[in-house]
Amino acid sequence: MQDVYTIEMLNITKRFPGIVANDNITLRLKKGEIHALLGENGAGKSTLMSVLFGLYQAEEGIIKKDGKEVKITNPNIANDLGIGMVHQHFKLVQCFSVLDNIILGVETTKNGILQKAEARRKVMELSEKYGLKVDPDALVEDITVGMQQRTEILKMLYRDNDILIFDEPTAVLTPSEIDELMQIMKNLAKEGKSILFISHKLNEIMEVADRCSVLRRGKYIGTVDIKDTTKEELSRMMVGRDVQLVVSKGEAKPGETVLSVRDMSVASKLHHNNAVKNVSFDVRRGEIVCIAGIDGNGQTELVYGLSGLEPIVGGSINLCGKDISKASIRSRSTSGMSHIPEDRQKHGLILDYSLAYNLVLQRYFEPKFRNALGFLKEKEINAYANELIDQYDVRSGQGTATIVRSMSGGNQQKAIIAREMDKEHDLLIAVQPTRGLDVGAIEYIHRQLIAQRDAGKAILLVSLELEEVLSVSDRILVMYEGEIVGELDPAKTNREELGLYMSGARREAVKV
Amino acid sequence: MKQKKSILANETFQSIAASVLCIVIGMLIGYIVLLVINAKGANEAITTLIKNYFTFSSKKLILKNLGNTLIKTAPLIMCALSVQFCYKAGLFNIGAAGQYVVGAGASLYAALGWHMPWFVCVLFAMCAGGIYGAIVGFLKAFRNVNEVISGIMLNWIGLYLVNMLLSGVKETTSPYTLDLAKENTSALMPTLGMEKFFSNNTHVTIAIPLAVIIAIVIWVIQKKTVFGYELRATGINKQGARYAGMKENTNIILTLVIGGALAGTGAAFQFLTGYEQWTTTMSSVPAMGFNGIAATFLGGLHPVGTVFASYFIQHITSGGARLDKNIYPSQISDLISGIIIYLCGFVLFFKYAINLRLQARAEKELRLQRQREENASSADAKEEKGGDK
Repeated sequence: MQDVYTIEMLNITKRFPGIVANDNITLRLKKGEIHALLGENGAGKSTLMSVLFGLYQAEEGIIKKDGKEVKITNPNIANDLGIGMVHQHFKLVQCFSVLDNIILGVETTKNGILQKAEARRKVMELSEKYGLKVDPDALVEDITVGMQQRTEILKMLYRDNDILIFDEPTAVLTPSEIDELMQIMKNLAKEGKSILFISHKLNEIMEVADRCSVLRRGKYIGTVDIKDTTKEELSRMMVGRDVQLVVSKGEAKPGETVLSVRDMSVASKLHHNNAVKNVSFDVRRGEIVCIAGIDGNGQTELVYGLSGLEPIVGGSINLCGKDISKASIRSRSTSGMSHIPEDRQKHGLILDYSLAYNLVLQRYFEPKFRNALGFLKEKEINAYANELIDQYDVRSGQGTATIVRSMSGGNQQKAIIAREMDKEHDLLIAVQPTRGLDVGAIEYIHRQLIAQRDAGKAILLVSLELEEVLSVSDRILVMYEGEIVGELDPAKTNREELGLYMSGARREAVKV
Repeated sequence: MKQKKSILANETFQSIAASVLCIVIGMLIGYIVLLVINAKGANEAITTLIKNYFTFSSKKLILKNLGNTLIKTAPLIMCALSVQFCYKAGLFNIGAAGQYVVGAGASLYAALGWHMPWFVCVLFAMCAGGIYGAIVGFLKAFRNVNEVISGIMLNWIGLYLVNMLLSGVKETTSPYTLDLAKENTSALMPTLGMEKFFSNNTHVTIAIPLAVIIAIVIWVIQKKTVFGYELRATGINKQGARYAGMKENTNIILTLVIGGALAGTGAAFQFLTGYEQWTTTMSSVPAMGFNGIAATFLGGLHPVGTVFASYFIQHITSGGARLDKNIYPSQISDLISGIIIYLCGFVLFFKYAINLRLQARAEKELRLQRQREENASSADAKEEKGGDK
């Protein structure tokens, strides 16, 4: 039987100075299918989609829509052809209502006056049909990330697009929202929409996609039917080698208590209540304690309180027997706290500094790197940086002199990890250390964390990824609305139970 | 593949090229304005402006007037350094003008009221500027008051305070402060014999070489020291600096104290030469501090660059003062330097444009190269076919 392709991208080549982002890539999208596009960061997924969406022009290759060749030179043409895209970072007007955002740019007017009633009817119809629950009158700034995403999807549907591109749509969602999105995508496909789903999360692809095309370093590796493949095969295609998907680790051998938190409270920036309420827990040497929870339940503030980025308003923090409740950030760091921050670009790095300067960001004031007159010892800094670059395999264009801004996200994260792990420490706080990274880098980071544990460090891991929580940690503390509502043993629990705690449906008193 | 790096890609070259481009475009627009006002005299006017002291025919006069331009360059360098230093730490020190004003007040009062020697007067100026800068710093660090707002308000407060203070040491019949040369020669900065080279221009003092040396010191501090490392980190990413345990508030205050001290010292470098007296009826903040902002940007935000930029701005300002006042209003020199200063804001834009061009060119070259390779390989293929036959 002849397959009907709605979109064909044939032999697409797109170059940027110095690199070939897409090298002779062919992608065929069938009508009514969910087609996943899999690849590591920098594999060329986004470039390929930008070519399809008219943001870039390919140097070679052609694009066909329903068998006819088309030239897509700007997003408006893509839109006319029925191609719509949900970007990773939503493109919504914050202070507009959901309805206004949906009709923005394609408003129906009569004598220059908006005809919103008509638009509202159509939006509600679409919302009903595909199970996209939104409140049309709520302002975008007030609604959840999940609803913002549904608004973006409605935007595409409102424009009668039938080829929908989702660029890493699950990166910002909570587990339940992800499940919901998967359902929505299936509904859309059932109604005859064709979906291109960009992702590097194998579980999601396995669950929702019909077929999957894999890119690696700008090259097309192949297309497989999901029903005939396995996660292992996909990851091998993506990374180019076998990847351990399950973290292997030995038994934890917890030692003495390193971090001891008692009744700690941290104020919220958003509301008048405390974001962290009377939290108590211990972290011991040789164990990985994981704080699990849905984003926004006080994890960020908890870490701010521990690291000193925000003052605590109650309780105490004890690090290696020393009270650091009121200590400065610097003195917490020198007392043995390492911190891989949640936002690597905002906190973890000085992006316009060189790699060498970033690698000594926590140590530049030590006598090793400065002389008595306050001058930096450039030679020592570079030598030390080269050591770390070798040891942690940080890749960059110009070695120690590379401006960190120009490095890939994975290598930026590796630089932070190198710095924080090499610095003298007893406690390592790692906040979403694998966020936005590809399978290869995630595997690497997990192995590093376990190596740290086995070297006798205490590790506090904050993670939103259930897989990570269950596979890496030795003990799970679930946070809900600023409180610790349960302590679980990862060996004896599962996704469902964890989900109950995370959503606040179940709670128990946690004894320290 | 061999990577040939274009000179255009060199950052220093880019900064200089962008600044020169500003100057050229500014001059062109200035010329057009001159043409509109009076087409006949325009050519002469623009050459006068560019030539400045070279309009004189005798070598003696040229040197003397070169001295005059340099005298006013020194304080401008200091104000530019003040702005540059704060800018690198992420602070926009528009208050440099006010710090300059209180520096003038402190040094002149110490010289005329208390008859102190020059180095004490310089110290007074430095401290006054530093304290004035500290006010902005404290407000910013502890009350999160925008440094531009508090800086501008303090500029005016400073002006009227200094006018009041110096009214006590002014000439009885004029609004000018007493003449240092008559009142207290010990407060005049030493010339170290430099006046001989500049045709006995006794106002040429060690202020000029000092300003250049200070510029170099600032450069070293920013580039080589732990303090500079922290300041620049704070300037680039305040949150990141905080995360790394740097004392953000202390650094903000310290930066503004140093910035203020630099501008205050600049005032001492101006008024302790005896070249100019303070006018106690002044009703607008002296332009020196604001010109410092321009010199900072024209100098590519580099301490040494500001030295050259300051000289240039002073050069055309002095040149503008030599235009024929019968044809052109006296404001014309301000207008032209104003246009150039305005264009200085585009230095960064020009840099961006250069980079954009470079990128486009690299892309084109890559494409050509591939084409050549393809041609070559297809030619090879043909040859092979020919061989088969």
